[in-house]
Amino acid sequence: MASHVIDAAGLNLTFQTGDGPVHALKDVDLGIDRGEFVSFIGPSGCGKTTFLRCIAGLETPTDGSLTVNGVTPDEARRARAYGYVFQAAGLYPWRTIARNVSLPLEIMGFSKAEQAERVERVLALVELEGFGRKFPWQLSGGMQQRASIARALSFDADLLLMDEPFGALDEIVRDRLNEQLLRLWAQTEKTICFVTHSIPEAVYLSTKIVVMSPRPGRITDVIDSPLPKERPLDIRDSAEFIAIAHRVREGLRAGHGDDV
Amino acid sequence: MKSLGPVLTVVAALLALWYAAAVVMNAQWTYDQAERAGTEVTLSELLADTMTQRRPKLPAPHQVLSELKKTVIDTKVTSKRSLVYQASITLGATLTGFLTGTLLGIALAVAVVRSRVMELSVTPWAIISQTIPIVALAPMIVVLSSRIGIEGRLIPKTVIAAYLSYFPVFVSMVKGLRSPDAMQLDLLRTYGAAPGQVFRKLRLPASLPYFFAAMKISMAASLVGVIVAELPTGAVQGLGSRLLIGSQNGQPLMIWAALVVASALGAGLILMVGLLERLLGRMMGVRA
Repeated sequence: MASHVIDAAGLNLTFQTGDGPVHALKDVDLGIDRGEFVSFIGPSGCGKTTFLRCIAGLETPTDGSLTVNGVTPDEARRARAYGYVFQAAGLYPWRTIARNVSLPLEIMGFSKAEQAERVERVLALVELEGFGRKFPWQLSGGMQQRASIARALSFDADLLLMDEPFGALDEIVRDRLNEQLLRLWAQTEKTICFVTHSIPEAVYLSTKIVVMSPRPGRITDVIDSPLPKERPLDIRDSAEFIAIAHRVREGLRAGHGDDV
Repeated sequence: MKSLGPVLTVVAALLALWYAAAVVMNAQWTYDQAERAGTEVTLSELLADTMTQRRPKLPAPHQVLSELKKTVIDTKVTSKRSLVYQASITLGATLTGFLTGTLLGIALAVAVVRSRVMELSVTPWAIISQTIPIVALAPMIVVLSSRIGIEGRLIPKTVIAAYLSYFPVFVSMVKGLRSPDAMQLDLLRTYGAAPGQVFRKLRLPASLPYFFAAMKISMAASLVGVIVAELPTGAVQGLGSRLLIGSQNGQPLMIWAALVVASALGAGLILMVGLLERLLGRMMGVRA
């Protein structure tokens, strides 16, 4: 299965806590192909963020195998295989937007000229041209998050890992950013792993929806979306969209068992 | 200028309080003099006399002012009687002590943040160092440094000032360097940043607000340290020595003038740190 960008087989992760072991991931099997847009959805504690962090090499699974681009997540991390977008924009308040975006480039040792060229390109990609000289506090929350996406894109990793990037934003802004993200995905042909707890967001964005449930964190359903790649916002009123959303909801409910 | 009214009110209230206290505290001497001379004092005589005694218990503000005028403006700055000259001696030691202490505080903080062993071994001693009263330690340092053949007073004064001023910087810098949260550190990990890069690009800039807050405290501590170092052991120069000579010779005006100059010096130094902070803040995009 070397064709998968991400390949997880029998993945387990147990955290040792003061209250005993917590089974954050149990027997996770998943293959993600190049160019896919995969959403992970589930209630808190279902392991969706943990799985993303495993892919990023920020957590180490206790059992099972996980490869990114055919190598271990740690090697992939050191090869700068992915850009990671956190829930908070996490821009440095003491750097301008342009200097924030060039932070990874500085660390990776790009030349000054190359840094400037790339910053300009990715800021255009997230529609923040002309904002490079502003400081983060001068931008709205949505713009800050776009700047943080630009930062993750700046070094041209083929894989984009996004951990509830729009979770803290209001719905109107979120709709706009979702549209922009789809456009950006079509332009750059990246593989995107996207953690969310919003059903419409997951269905609207994804080619593949991974439904997860907690205690222990596991995958309960994997839905390949039949929606076309071209998606106007009003696709959310179509029968197909509603059918997929319904299936996600069913999956979430089944996973919850008698918990709720 | 809306704030001018309240500010002036407070100043006026303080001055009134000062004058009232001067009358109360100096009255006894006036009464004693009158008794010895076998005369009565009227209230107006009492008020006039308590404002103009040559060796009052508490000099009135205008007396301090005229002493300041005499020793700051009317005396040549090269003269030992000039408070400007004495203040410059204190200022020099304060700055060298402050610089030494700040650098030491930063170095210790960096070491502690980088290494668990250093944290366990240095932190307790740093805290213990501040529990020793400086008035007990200062004479020892002065005497010891002359025993081992160090000429002049600058080095022992610097040592004492640094001893007091490193601590606020140390404590704040440890906190500041540790202020970035887990997400910020994770982000740099995803870039494969080396520890040195994490330090330079994240920890150091994140610690700057803490650093400036600490510098203001340690500047004041440094000044206090120098003055304490000038007090004992027959120091012949600096504001501290003026305080000592004033109290030995029973010249309260001299003491008060030196005190005013010392506090003005402290305020000026802290103001300078604040200006530096503003300047750097503007470069680093702090919202105005």
